[in-house]
Amino acid sequence: MGGRHARNASRDRATNRATSLHAHLHLPGHTVVHRLGAAPKIVGVVAFAIAVAVTPQRAWLVFGAEAAIAAGTVALARLPLRTALVRLAPVVPFLIVAALMPVVGRGARVDVDVGLFTLRLSREGLWAGGAVAAKTVLGATASVVLASTTPVPDIIGGLGRLRVPAALIAIVAFMLRYVDLLADQLRRMRTAMVARCHDPRWLWQARPIATSLGTLFVRTYERGERVHQAMLARGFTGTLPDGGRPLHQPPAREQVAPAALAGVPGLLAAAALVAWWLT
Amino acid sequence: MHAPDGFLEPWVAVATGIIAAIVLAFALRASERELGDRQVPLAGLAAAFIFAAQMFNFPVAAGTTGHLLGGCLAAILLGPWMGMLVVTVVVAVQALIFADGGLTALGYNVLNMAVVTAFGGWALFHLLRRVLPRNATGVIAASALAGALTVPISAVAFSIEWLFGATTNVSFADVFAAMVSVHMLIGIGEGLITGLAVSAVLASRPDLVTGARDLTPAELGERSPVGAKPFSIGALAAVVFVAGIVSQFAFDHPDGLEKVADDKGFGEVAKNHSFANSIFADYATQGIANERVSLAVAGVSGAAITLVVGYGIAIAGRRARPAAHV
Repeated sequence: MGGRHARNASRDRATNRATSLHAHLHLPGHTVVHRLGAAPKIVGVVAFAIAVAVTPQRAWLVFGAEAAIAAGTVALARLPLRTALVRLAPVVPFLIVAALMPVVGRGARVDVDVGLFTLRLSREGLWAGGAVAAKTVLGATASVVLASTTPVPDIIGGLGRLRVPAALIAIVAFMLRYVDLLADQLRRMRTAMVARCHDPRWLWQARPIATSLGTLFVRTYERGERVHQAMLARGFTGTLPDGGRPLHQPPAREQVAPAALAGVPGLLAAAALVAWWLT
Repeated sequence: MHAPDGFLEPWVAVATGIIAAIVLAFALRASERELGDRQVPLAGLAAAFIFAAQMFNFPVAAGTTGHLLGGCLAAILLGPWMGMLVVTVVVAVQALIFADGGLTALGYNVLNMAVVTAFGGWALFHLLRRVLPRNATGVIAASALAGALTVPISAVAFSIEWLFGATTNVSFADVFAAMVSVHMLIGIGEGLITGLAVSAVLASRPDLVTGARDLTPAELGERSPVGAKPFSIGALAAVVFVAGIVSQFAFDHPDGLEKVADDKGFGEVAKNHSFANSIFADYATQGIANERVSLAVAGVSGAAITLVVGYGIAIAGRRARPAAHV
């Protein structure tokens, strides 16, 4: 009995994780990284991504410094390592691409002993593949740290403070508010199909899935119209009243240190830009 | 397709970023003009729809699954401006919050996945509808074919960006061949799902399919069942045919390229000509037996994409015709 309950509970948790997109992204905490204002954090993440992107291919010392900053921030935010790694999953295809570069690259070859046989790899490709792998992982880590330590409404508020066009922010806010709901609708339709012995294995059996996608679009559009009516009923005149302001303004003294912290990747970005320019 | 940070040279990221930002500004204005204060809720919900649709797996073969990209579907259902806007929002949020694609790569990711698919798909949809019958079946078939074609076109766009901003010594020809062949296969699924989804919307709320607003109720009633199996098998055969010709003719055998060059009489010129000081990335043209043929392929395909996307933007800019029914 107990075992079955535990199994059901763990399955429930698994489905929750699989279907809820961003509700569980934020891992609450009280570290310095968590307390940073959203706007300086976004600036820091973007500056860090620029620094990573322009780091010259063979500047492994710079990559080392960037990796130290990324790892330090993950440690400072006390993010569970496993969670951080799971959230880096989207980079896997590009790690495969990076691994292929030494094989398909041209130019001088080096022999690499791998146990039983020797691989003849492109020297250029090795450097390039290493750089692509490093840049992919470092850039993605920055966005994992941002999403894990900042509630989504704060991120939206931060974008507002950074003067991203208000209409765009409002659209992003609506998307994030409703995406879980739509994903759940889609999952319910899928469950209904499975309950009626729908088990497609080939592409040409995808009709019910595609049809449910069309149904979802109709439902979504009609929901959008209802939401608009409800907004009008509450006095909507074309702009959102809070204009994307964060739910709670952090106290001023908390914003000073964050700005300074965000300056670190900014300086790094400047240094890397200069390095890229010189090479 | 969500390229990571630093995958292309920084100046390519900046240039594509500027183009993407300009198109985005126009799309914001165009959708606001069309929808007024309905813009925010409708575009937000539509973006959530594309986001959800991208998470939903459909079967491909023997139990493996793929997922929709959705640029062309969004353009056909919502119109190209709103389609571009919605897919851009999805791609940007994926980069910022979901670690999917680099923040500094947003320029080329938005260009390839939102601008090229929405406007290129819209243009192809329009062109196909001119030759296909004026009824529901014609709209569905045009959606499926346009959806299928936008995926390899987006891959070609990436290859051309690689030509300008390669960061490693993998040649343009290799990237072009690999990207296009893989994405032609992905395109089959994209086309099938796009066509069937449009078909489902046409059946219940035809007024919501922006691309079919000009049809009368009588024309909407004319629909023959669209076969999913013939489409899949036919598209696969077409891909194998094209891939066979391309690989025989060109990329797997650089000799083939040289032969073409010699036949055309510019083999010698090409050998002596160096593009080392050109605007193209050195890497992308390095080690190719014949740079000139490769660049010709790039030039022709680049011009074709620009033409198709430009045509899409041009017809999107025309004043929308009022709905002909309901």
